[in-house]
Amino acid sequence: MKTKVKPLPPVNLPELRQVGKPLRRVDAMGKIVGKTLYAADMFMPNMLHAKVFRSTEPHARIKRLDVSKARALPGVVCVMTNEDLPQGILVTDMPGQTGQRRRASSDTHVLAKDIVRFVGDPIALVAAETLAIAEQALKLIEIEYEPLPAVFDVIEAMKPNAPVVTAPNNIVSQYKVRKGNVKAGMEAADIIVENTFSVPFVDHAYLEPEAGLAWIDDKGVINIRVCTQVVEHFRSIALALGVPQNKLHIHGTMVGGGFGGKEDITVEIFIGLLTQKTHRPVMLEYTREESILAHSKRHPYQITHRTGVTRDGKITAAEITLIANSGAYVYLSPYVLLYSTGTATGPYRVDNLSIDSYAVATNNPFTSAFRGFGVPQACFAHELQMDDIARKLGLDPYELRSKNYLKTGDYGVNQKITTAAWLEETATRVLEALGEKTPSSGSIKVGQGIASYMQSYGRIMWFHDTSQAWVTLEMDGTVTIRSGIPDLGAGQVSAVCQIASEVLGVPLEEITVYHTDSALTPLAGTSTATRQLFMSGNAVFQAASAIRQVIIERAAQKLEESPENLDLADRKVIVKSDPNQYLPLREVIALCASEGKPLSNLALFKAPFTDPIDPENVQGPIWPDFTFGAFGAEVAVDTETGEITLLKTVACHDVGRAINPAAVCGQIEGGGVQGIGYATMEEVIVKDGHILTPSLSEYLIPTACDVPSTQVIILESGTGLGPFGAKGIGEPALTPAAPAIVNAVTDAIGVQIKSIPITPEKILSALNQNQNT
Amino acid sequence: MDPKVITLTVNGRKHQVALPPNITLLRALREYLGYVDVKNGCEKGDCGACTVLLNGKAVNSCLVLAWQANNAEIITTSGLGSAENPHPIHRAFADEGAAQCGYCTPGMVISAKALLDENPHPTEAEIREAISGNLCRCTGYGQIVRAIQKAAEIINKEGDAS
Repeated sequence: MKTKVKPLPPVNLPELRQVGKPLRRVDAMGKIVGKTLYAADMFMPNMLHAKVFRSTEPHARIKRLDVSKARALPGVVCVMTNEDLPQGILVTDMPGQTGQRRRASSDTHVLAKDIVRFVGDPIALVAAETLAIAEQALKLIEIEYEPLPAVFDVIEAMKPNAPVVTAPNNIVSQYKVRKGNVKAGMEAADIIVENTFSVPFVDHAYLEPEAGLAWIDDKGVINIRVCTQVVEHFRSIALALGVPQNKLHIHGTMVGGGFGGKEDITVEIFIGLLTQKTHRPVMLEYTREESILAHSKRHPYQITHRTGVTRDGKITAAEITLIANSGAYVYLSPYVLLYSTGTATGPYRVDNLSIDSYAVATNNPFTSAFRGFGVPQACFAHELQMDDIARKLGLDPYELRSKNYLKTGDYGVNQKITTAAWLEETATRVLEALGEKTPSSGSIKVGQGIASYMQSYGRIMWFHDTSQAWVTLEMDGTVTIRSGIPDLGAGQVSAVCQIASEVLGVPLEEITVYHTDSALTPLAGTSTATRQLFMSGNAVFQAASAIRQVIIERAAQKLEESPENLDLADRKVIVKSDPNQYLPLREVIALCASEGKPLSNLALFKAPFTDPIDPENVQGPIWPDFTFGAFGAEVAVDTETGEITLLKTVACHDVGRAINPAAVCGQIEGGGVQGIGYATMEEVIVKDGHILTPSLSEYLIPTACDVPSTQVIILESGTGLGPFGAKGIGEPALTPAAPAIVNAVTDAIGVQIKSIPITPEKILSALNQNQNT
Repeated sequence: MDPKVITLTVNGRKHQVALPPNITLLRALREYLGYVDVKNGCEKGDCGACTVLLNGKAVNSCLVLAWQANNAEIITTSGLGSAENPHPIHRAFADEGAAQCGYCTPGMVISAKALLDENPHPTEAEIREAISGNLCRCTGYGQIVRAIQKAAEIINKEGDAS
């Protein structure tokens, strides 16, 4: 290998007792033995079954809607259309669990009013005694559509006379960046490289389809048990149902995979309305096909890079245009677009920069959050662009990158990098692990590729994000944590237990956590934006530390020791200078309790707060911090069949501090494989607004036989804003994988394919074209 | 067609239940008998979340009609052990971080059990082949493969008992 491994700067990471250990997660065994009750696993007496009647047209006026036959079917208890709704407003903007106001322009209808805008738009709800009757009732609903002109392509939708999906001109969001002097920068360049890259619609394909159960209790409160990433939706759901916020109670379940697809409201309002109307419990469980039809997709993008570079590989200027397909409704498109705008140049310093970005409405499935939130698309483009520039300059792809990497203190697109930016450190370790390239043989061509990235963790700072945790030391020395954290499977809940275990010196198995309840656990904010460890980890750390202080101070008095000389470990208060001298934790708890000292603490952690930026020139701090890392791949491409075999994959990320290395490894491997799927096989094919990949038979995701085990290299700079110096890794794990795979394929076959998925067909066609030119 | 009373022995417990002919084993187990540890992910055999042992063989319970399983022995993940008394496969899954969201896990555990019953010393390729019908969207499979390797070691040493 040509490149030397970059030595790590000195770090100060004290060895801890619980944090940093690959402990068995607190949620693991319940899931493995089948005890965990997911959203579809709890039934109620007298429960009704719901179904949703959806549009089959991409854009149409509803000329006639007749539900009388469905209503008359024996066993049908309730059929609702837009006319029957108390309020009917569906808020698709970020939930307002903070000081942030919602964009009213993002509001739409719970059930279609006159117009449907995509295939799958909900029109009517049915509740019946059995699922079979509910299904039969759907078939009895009569509807006549008057088709309206529809538009599916973003470029078409931006033209002056295009059919209007979102008034006035289909542009639902737009940003500009103007920095330095692009003209002068381009003139200073030796070459200018221009490419357009594109990425498709992608489905989250979590194993658990959306489901929920709603009922009204003896206090008149509407209860909704649901798999969601956001219990704070209770406010928007209350608005839609026309009830006060304190009459709506979300019981969040363990989520069977979210990845952003359960970040928007799914079944909650439907079952809330039906239980409100029928006064009976109502269950709604999507089939896989309805799940794929009903929830958001990852945004397709067309991204054009025009980059000026000197002969020795220094970027002098860049002009970037990003166009995102936002589908039929706004949802989170404006924010997704902001994320891709803010990382459009990737982890490279570009002083002369111009960016124009647009999110454009079409009559396609709506697009919203998906792991990475606009950054994987941006990363795909900037990392293919870097490889193409390197090829054109005859430089090694890593060498080109290393000449342009951001350093701590530099400015990215909009803001200063304030923590460790271990780009060389991660990329060189990936290269070292890839090693010498396996020789090609005959028609089997081998290639290697890498990709670097930067990605924020924590929400946009003008959302004024907070998280709360309530920690209690019980009289027997066990610990109870209450915090509204939704657990999507990434270990969100277990991580905060491990933090409390460290701070309070109580073993992990003696900690019980109650979570994800909008009424009974203090609100902890969304499980999105790679924010839970950062936010709720800090909240639990704060609450546990406050209790620790009470215990230490009381024990210091009793032991006649200074508090600084005491520590909590193994259910004891230990004298640091003489570990044989200690007080059992229970004894100190009893003392504190008898004196009325607080053994319970409710803490609120606040992220840094800022004001909104100017969309006309996106400059200034938007995100709290960034994670940095790299992914590498070695692939073998059969140039006769176009088939790709992954020989080796390596991921290296600076996670700040790994609270649970086994969980971190799981995020990195799992995120990487989602990225591999993105690169090689995943596409929701949409033709004239109709999804042609309606189930997991057509929409393929990687199986155990499609991918090798990823070699995971965890680096810990200790500089993150999370507890113990942790950064976030949930979303970043996915981001660099797809471009690394494509760069490896390009290295193997000598021609760059500029769109994913890189199917065998695309490879063969690229090889043919290359031969012909 | 009228419902018929069939006999299903699930995790050693014998049930007699009247079911119409179009009820799948998956729905019989979940909705009629309360075995909600068997998960529904697609109802057409694509995802493997509903995998159970049917007379010792791993099957997608969504692709079997309950009537076809009349008089059969069925094992689900909760039949292999419990949180207090876990099966070696359960322990290995917990220790290796093989469960993230956990929704594919009950089916994955059953596919692992079927494999190890037949082949106590599987290679990595054989493990991957055995779970290739079980989709997992969280882990990328690496930790699941390592858990099954570890479970094989435990079982070969300590035996196949919870």
